[in-house]
Amino acid sequence: MARYILTRLLLMLPTLLGVAVLTFLLLRVVPGDVVTLKYSGEGAYVPRETIEAERERLGLNQPLWKQFVDWVWGVARLDFGTSMWTGRPIAQEIAIRFQLSLQLAIMATLIAVLLALPLGTLAALKQDTWVDYAIRVFSIAGLATPSFWLGIVLILFLLILFRWSPPVTFTPLFEDPLANLSLLIWPALAVGYRYSAVATRMTRSTLLEVLREDYIRTARAKGLRERAVVVRHGLRNALLPVVTVIGLEFAFLIGGLVVTEQVFNLNGLGKLMVEAISRRDYTLTQALTMLGAAVYVVVNFIIDIVYVLLDPRVSYS
Amino acid sequence: MFRSRGQRLVRGSWLSRLVTLTVMLTLACSGASQPAPSGGGGASAPRPTGAGGQPAAGAASAPAGAGGAPSAASPGGAAWGEGLQPKRGGELVFVVGAEPPSFDGHRESTFAMLHWTAPHYSLLVTFDPFDYPRVVGDVAESWEISPDGLTYTFKLRDNVKFHDGTPLTARDVKATYDKIIFPPPGVVSARRAVYSAVERVDAPDPHTVVFTLKYPQPAMLSLLASPFNFLYKADILEQDPHWYERNVLGSGPFRFVEYVPGSHWVGRRYEDYHIPGQPYLDGFRAIFVRDPAAQVAAIRGGRAQIEFRGFAPSQRDDLVRALGNEIVVQESPWTCSLYVAFNNERPPFNDVRFRKALTLAVDRWGGSQALSQIAIVKEVGGLQRPGSPFAVPPDQLVTFAGYGRDINAARQQARQLLREAGVPEGFTFTLKNRDVPMPYEPVGIFLVDQWRRIGLNVNHVQQESGPFLNDLRSGEYEASVDFNCDFMDEPDLQLAKFLSADKSPANYGRYNDPVLDDLYDRQSRELNVEARKQLVWQYERRVLDEQVYAMVVLWWQRIVPHHASVKGWKITPSHYVNQDLRTVWLAQ
Amino acid sequence: MRDAAAVAAIEKPIGARPTALGAIGVFARRRPLGALGAAIVLGLALAALLAPIIAPYDPLETDFLAQLQPPSAAHLLGADQFGRDVLSRLLYGARTALLVGFCSAFIGATLGALLGVCSAYFGGRVDLLLQRVLEIFLSFPLIVLALAVVAVLGTGIVNVILAITVSITPQVARVIRASALQVRAMPFIESARAVGAGPLRIMLLHMLPNVLAPYLILLTAFLGQAILLEASLSFLGLGVAEPTPAWGLMLRGAGVQFAERAPWLALAPGLAISITVFGFNVFGDALRDALDPRLRVV
Repeated sequence: MARYILTRLLLMLPTLLGVAVLTFLLLRVVPGDVVTLKYSGEGAYVPRETIEAERERLGLNQPLWKQFVDWVWGVARLDFGTSMWTGRPIAQEIAIRFQLSLQLAIMATLIAVLLALPLGTLAALKQDTWVDYAIRVFSIAGLATPSFWLGIVLILFLLILFRWSPPVTFTPLFEDPLANLSLLIWPALAVGYRYSAVATRMTRSTLLEVLREDYIRTARAKGLRERAVVVRHGLRNALLPVVTVIGLEFAFLIGGLVVTEQVFNLNGLGKLMVEAISRRDYTLTQALTMLGAAVYVVVNFIIDIVYVLLDPRVSYS
Repeated sequence: MFRSRGQRLVRGSWLSRLVTLTVMLTLACSGASQPAPSGGGGASAPRPTGAGGQPAAGAASAPAGAGGAPSAASPGGAAWGEGLQPKRGGELVFVVGAEPPSFDGHRESTFAMLHWTAPHYSLLVTFDPFDYPRVVGDVAESWEISPDGLTYTFKLRDNVKFHDGTPLTARDVKATYDKIIFPPPGVVSARRAVYSAVERVDAPDPHTVVFTLKYPQPAMLSLLASPFNFLYKADILEQDPHWYERNVLGSGPFRFVEYVPGSHWVGRRYEDYHIPGQPYLDGFRAIFVRDPAAQVAAIRGGRAQIEFRGFAPSQRDDLVRALGNEIVVQESPWTCSLYVAFNNERPPFNDVRFRKALTLAVDRWGGSQALSQIAIVKEVGGLQRPGSPFAVPPDQLVTFAGYGRDINAARQQARQLLREAGVPEGFTFTLKNRDVPMPYEPVGIFLVDQWRRIGLNVNHVQQESGPFLNDLRSGEYEASVDFNCDFMDEPDLQLAKFLSADKSPANYGRYNDPVLDDLYDRQSRELNVEARKQLVWQYERRVLDEQVYAMVVLWWQRIVPHHASVKGWKITPSHYVNQDLRTVWLAQ
Repeated sequence: MRDAAAVAAIEKPIGARPTALGAIGVFARRRPLGALGAAIVLGLALAALLAPIIAPYDPLETDFLAQLQPPSAAHLLGADQFGRDVLSRLLYGARTALLVGFCSAFIGATLGALLGVCSAYFGGRVDLLLQRVLEIFLSFPLIVLALAVVAVLGTGIVNVILAITVSITPQVARVIRASALQVRAMPFIESARAVGAGPLRIMLLHMLPNVLAPYLILLTAFLGQAILLEASLSFLGLGVAEPTPAWGLMLRGAGVQFAERAPWLALAPGLAISITVFGFNVFGDALRDALDPRLRVV
């Protein structure tokens, strides 16, 4: 068991390294230079020497392998460097936006789970009735509607009906819960709806399978109440794949909500990522990509371990 | 029953077409005839000449649009509270659509730096907030220009202090302008070339600054009023000329309080400001909102009061429709133009007949009517903003290729020129464009459509800023949309872009023309205003009509809807000017 | 109760031959949602194919006299800010959507299937390596990839397809690998190897056909995904460029700006996207139920 955990841990490293190399190379293939963009992005003319001097200072003229090694060595020491565009430490840039992105991800997940579990269970229990169809249509609609579209409609709805728009800046939850929640509840709903769609369908289909199993029939034959059968025996076993799906989607939420953040004007990691790439801010883009990849890989790792612990049928291979 | 419903539908569409046509005709007629009332938006009528004392060119106006858009509140001076007594107090909240690449005014040329930082700094001289382009003193109390135009002597106020309490003296002004005009190596000064006439800057005593010119340049006083010329502290510049890129310390009406990257920027009134009574506001809060729809939502929902750059017509209409009397709209022609750069080295763009055909094919007058409904462009003009002192007068402008009123005749001529140049029907080329929605995208779509009508097949390619600029600079393009925004209407600024490529690095057209260079130099030094105008017009004719090195499409229109409580801010043709907020007050 | 129709089918009179129409009828009755999905997909395909014939206007033709016209007899779904007919743009947009959706899903799914089968067949170190490579791409944010593709290659249909394909392939590979592992463990694969069949032959002739069910299901699932992705990318300005008619682009251009003044500009493409993706998803569901109910693919 311990060996399995260790192996999985070690396997994370080549993945992360691969992502690092891929990001590094991809960025340098793309045309556009952070210094030129910063100085003469709006068309003003700047002499060649000044641009070269700045590139030199940022270390952009060094050989690629050296730049890569310097960067990786810095990451290993938890020094993520400074942003090429603003000059501020990257850890600071990320910290400013991290709180919002994390809170949004958690809120969206909560909404998704609160919607998915009851709805999925209901749909499974009432399979092929109009209740089932209604729930299925509801959840597929969530998958089919572009979430940014939903966001736009939501904001317009608030403006037209209530003459009210969400706050435009972020206040931390414990400073001013009302302002904080009135900003984040709307994107959380828009994102959570879509998220719940995936989880609802998964809940429904796994529960359906589980309810066909022999041990369920045994439980019923034993005379247990339907609710105990469903919840204690059925849902618990069906939960595993659902948790997987929820976990994978959560990993995406950190830094993946680019369009949502734009529509709701949120100062989050997704927006930061878009700006970093448009500005060809190599160090910041690399750091953000690594962050996203790390979250994904860690979540996968946790899911694998949970699977092994909870499902006796899965082997350690 | 079926038939009558169908008939009703048909009549309905007929009706809307008629309405549209009528409104457009009305607009066309009213635009072309008598001059607008004083202080009106830049119409095509000739304006009284003279570089100074030019009446301000902005006005609040009701948004006009096909289909009956709702009208806004009070036109004219009531928009900015003309004649009213300013009230003290309150915090102004405004939105800005982009974040600052750095805080250094000398280095940047973008509103994305200026709107955040301008309230913290003073200038030597500045434009009168209510009478653009009249120059008034900010830190300078008075000035004298020698009769030969070579010496400018400024007397400074003695009560100006930086926010750390130290006095601002001539030494600081000299250090600032030395940085702008003679930057040390490694320091970027975006407007260095603008002041190439300056020989040196001296500070003979703590309250006197002297600019000595190599040759007389009548535009120099206005050029010194550039809103980007923030006055910095000499001590700091001596220690570290890059300090101001990431730090703020000025002598302006507001102190710097905080900046949360990606979120907001806060300033508070500076109590020791050198103009007594100002600023009226207790402070300001600038919020970064990138998405235009989100900007409108913020103002509409009462989260912000104003956005200083400008909104699209549809956004203005939404705000007016939603908030009625609570919203005031100020509109003004904008000192920004959209033009098409041709790569004069690439065939067939190296053939003047082909270039001329391209400019003839575009219906600017019709396009102006149509595009001004959906985009922030409006006026038809040459290289100078229509309505500005040196703009080519309308009767001459219509004789330029592509500016005539008869589009069919122009297109016929265009087809003829295409045949002569040996360009086949269905010829394909690429038009490069920025991926910014407003106004680049609609104008790009419009151009593609116009060129289709003379049988040309155009590929519209939109690129991010990085690759877009790269391609422009390196000549990796055939035709490209480009823009030109300056802080004021001044031929020295607007015409400089079209000088020979070896003289002007901002010229992407890849051509050299000594005749142009000579005309430019002569107009820049010409002290007689009428003679100067003739030279400017000759320059324009050569660029736009004779050689068609580039073509101007339309000039931008600045539309700023804001809460009626915001007073003391009058719109000007430049979105860089008048942003220190010292005259702004809130009526509650 | 659930299999009443199946029972009825078994109890049919022996002489009756199932007709094609009858089979469709049975399908529609058993899985109404699936039938609805199939109908939508078919409708979309027809619209895309027949667009040049049934579209009333040229989708690129501007008409500044008809700017922002509401739906009327002349323009059934109204006109956009350039006077272009919304209905025509919608029909031609179906072509773009299907092209992008189908190409990216097909190429992505096929490539993913091949990689998954390879990984499962060879096992051991090859499997480990391939899995790591797949994981790298799975954890790589799509936005970075899309931006990179667009920055290097520019906007356009081909580049959008490229970006979306790269996003789909590892996801498909993962699922197919799981199925392929099961197939690999079956005795007939061992027999084939014992007989001396080469790896290529085994993979192509024996393993691939047996993962056809999940392959088809994933194909339909990602078709809808791809269309949504195209909409998002176009919304960000990273997809196809104006004036190409594409639903995501229509949302970006006029949808937001004129949301109040001309809501039909946003409703039409928004509904088109939603209904299309809905149709593909629901059809894919029915397909899965019919082919392999045990497969958990969401």
